[in-house]
Amino acid sequence: MSDRMQYVAVLGALAVATLALFFVSLTTGPADVGFGESIRALVSGDADLLTLVMREIRLPRALLGLMIGATLGLSGAVLQGYLRNPLAEPGLLGISASASLGAVVAIYTGISVAFPLGLPLAALAGAVLAVLLLRVMAGERGGTLTIILAGVAISAFAGAMTSLVLNLSPNPFAATEIVFWMLGSLTDRSMTHLWLSAPFMLAGWVMLAMLARPLDVLTLGSDAAASMGVDMRRVQFLAVFGTAASVGAATAIAGAIGFIGLVVPHVLRPLVGAVPSRLLPASALGGATVLLAADILVRLIAPGRDLKLGVLTAIVGAPFFLWLVWRTRRRML
Amino acid sequence: MFIARAIVAVSLIIAAGTLPAWATDGAPSRVVSMNVCTDQLAMLLAAEGQLHSVSHLAGDPGVSVLADEAGRYVVNHGLGEEIFLMQPDLVIAGTFTTRATIDMLRRLGFRVEEFAPEGTFEGVKANIRRMGELLGRQQRADELIAELDAGLAELASEPAPPLSVALYSANSYTSGDGSLSNAVIRAAGLQSIADRLGIVGVQRLPLEQLVLANPDLVVLGERTYDRPALAHENFRHPAFTAIASQDRLVRIPDRYWICGAPFTLEAARLLRDAANAHAEAAR
Amino acid sequence: MTLLSLSSLSAELGRKTVLRDVALTVNEGEFVGLIGPNGAGKSTLLRAVLGLTPSQGNIELGGHAAASMSAAQRARLTSYLPQEREIAWPVTVERLVGLGRAPHLPPFTRPGATDEAAVRDAMRRMDVEDFAARRATELSGGEKARVLIARALAQEAPLMLADEPTAGLDPAHQITLMRVFAGLAKEGRSVIACLHDLGLAARWCSRLVLLANGSIVADGPPRDVLTAARLRDVYGIQAYLGEDGGGLVVHPLDLAE
Repeated sequence: MSDRMQYVAVLGALAVATLALFFVSLTTGPADVGFGESIRALVSGDADLLTLVMREIRLPRALLGLMIGATLGLSGAVLQGYLRNPLAEPGLLGISASASLGAVVAIYTGISVAFPLGLPLAALAGAVLAVLLLRVMAGERGGTLTIILAGVAISAFAGAMTSLVLNLSPNPFAATEIVFWMLGSLTDRSMTHLWLSAPFMLAGWVMLAMLARPLDVLTLGSDAAASMGVDMRRVQFLAVFGTAASVGAATAIAGAIGFIGLVVPHVLRPLVGAVPSRLLPASALGGATVLLAADILVRLIAPGRDLKLGVLTAIVGAPFFLWLVWRTRRRML
Repeated sequence: MFIARAIVAVSLIIAAGTLPAWATDGAPSRVVSMNVCTDQLAMLLAAEGQLHSVSHLAGDPGVSVLADEAGRYVVNHGLGEEIFLMQPDLVIAGTFTTRATIDMLRRLGFRVEEFAPEGTFEGVKANIRRMGELLGRQQRADELIAELDAGLAELASEPAPPLSVALYSANSYTSGDGSLSNAVIRAAGLQSIADRLGIVGVQRLPLEQLVLANPDLVVLGERTYDRPALAHENFRHPAFTAIASQDRLVRIPDRYWICGAPFTLEAARLLRDAANAHAEAAR
Repeated sequence: MTLLSLSSLSAELGRKTVLRDVALTVNEGEFVGLIGPNGAGKSTLLRAVLGLTPSQGNIELGGHAAASMSAAQRARLTSYLPQEREIAWPVTVERLVGLGRAPHLPPFTRPGATDEAAVRDAMRRMDVEDFAARRATELSGGEKARVLIARALAQEAPLMLADEPTAGLDPAHQITLMRVFAGLAKEGRSVIACLHDLGLAARWCSRLVLLANGSIVADGPPRDVLTAARLRDVYGIQAYLGEDGGGLVVHPLDLAE
């Protein structure tokens, strides 16, 4: 099998898995309704209440799961390629935590009630600050360790500030919502959330997709890439704002969901011949698959408990991260 | 460490020397209540001068029916040190009051009586009766119980429209069997969605289950706050607003049914009135 | 035709002046060895030409001011082999060499027949065809170096700038590389290579440029540049200088007295 055929096969398999899980997600929920019945209610629109449930609760949840998963997988693949660092990921680098902080400020001060776009914009601003700070910390040839440590510091700071904002809120519920912002959930998100975040995610995806070839060339390092016609300032702009727009919007709606951006590109890299440009669509589909699966599992494992997505992704992702650290430790020191 | 131990030792000496004397007839004469529900029962039952202090929540009109009356008493914040200095001869607390504070007060030799929150009107009556005994005010307790029974009987005598009611609170929580609010729905003669779904106690009611249950009336169980939180986003969800249109929403002030007392009947009456109005409008 | 023309070029790294008023012209068909002790400014000179290091002065590539060129235009005129041999991901050798075609591909197109021919030719020249399908990260140091040179060759730019291309290669592959560069010059392309091995530089380069403390101290055919006096003054060494079959032989012997 030629390597192009293998690539197409991998994308095909991931697309099928994503689609299948999308439908499973649509038909999973606390209300016990059959598969056929719920899809019929969704499409035909004549089953009054069930149609309402399908169109206003299940559909936005499944669509957001798909898009947010794709965002996390894609941005993980881009960050790894851009920083040439196998440990890069929006969660570990503190980008998600900073976006959370932006979203939390917008929501709990009441800005987002008066001005709904303020929510994704504030999350985007938080994410941009985090990426720029990382870029400065990493410098031209930032080592793996420098970037990860900078990410740890950014995460800790953004987490503390988030907690502060929530604690200072006069609303007694705010303080308990730190869990949502740190671990993420898609429970009872609505179409309103989808309309608010989808344009930002799509815009981010377009920017990140434009990085496909530059990321391939960056395999040779930034100097070689620059000598090969890659405009590094443009690459930086696209990477920073593409990641910030998509991850910012995703986090504003679903909280910070970790490890998908780390694990998915890693698992898929060998399957696409390690080619960074090919890893982008594969990781987007892979991220969607994983997040949809996680969101189905939280509903099956603990129905009615609102188990957070980050709990599941961390159970898989954290040991994986440790394994990666163990494997790359020689290169890092 | 040494200082802490010294303070405890000194307090114990003071406590031993000044242990409050019981009033001659056996009823306590200096009562401190630490919970908004026991505060209100005590205010309803105590004799003049018997109740010394109530908790700060008793003065909050959002949660306390007797907020005005609470101004007549010294306010406490449920802190052990504060209660200790009041030297009460009876401390009344809720079972949700801080464990450590209650244990400490008991170690210091105070008599502490705890009241569990009521899940039924029978429970409310039992709590009133017990409070009456503790305060030596059995007769007043009997009067309150009679008032409560009369109210319940009156509600039961009028036919209620056959409507279903769902309680829906922040974070998608609802109260089912074993909760006072569910007992109020039953007392109002209405059908509780929580009973239909088999919900026991306080549980999450996923929005989609609420939508499919399609209640005739939805009671929003939480007071509003100045600043938003995600907990209240379920009230703005398009699926929720679709089934809980303005004519189906019922707002019952929290203060009427947070605590069990004769005034809890007011919550049932408001609910019955809303149901009657809804049935009328539907016709 | 003039491929590269520098005049009054200066560059600073931090506060230190690394290049001072450098003037240099390189024409088609030249294989220029850029020599000089450590810290003389050789790498900085290459990087300044590529726009990777900020500099003052005039740089012209193919007769046009480099400052007004886009990164892509520049990349079609010059290829670059950096000193660091970074290969971030385990892609196949063939794909890695193929990256050299990036400046020639319009966005969102796939390589065509010309590109494939250029890649095959570059791989053949560097003798890496045998491991075309292997992962580039799993190669030995020498193999990696050859693959990266093949990548630069595949770019088919008229001027190649190579920073210590022979480092880490065994003698046979060092000589192969020198032959490849000399062959490119014969075809009308030009190569500027920073070299530490004076023997290789003397034998294979058509012209040597000797840098010391950021200035060019000698520029010309190897015989004119590599004199005993210069080796003593600039490098602080004494060397054997001889002739063998029409070529200059230089071999460092000891530190200068």
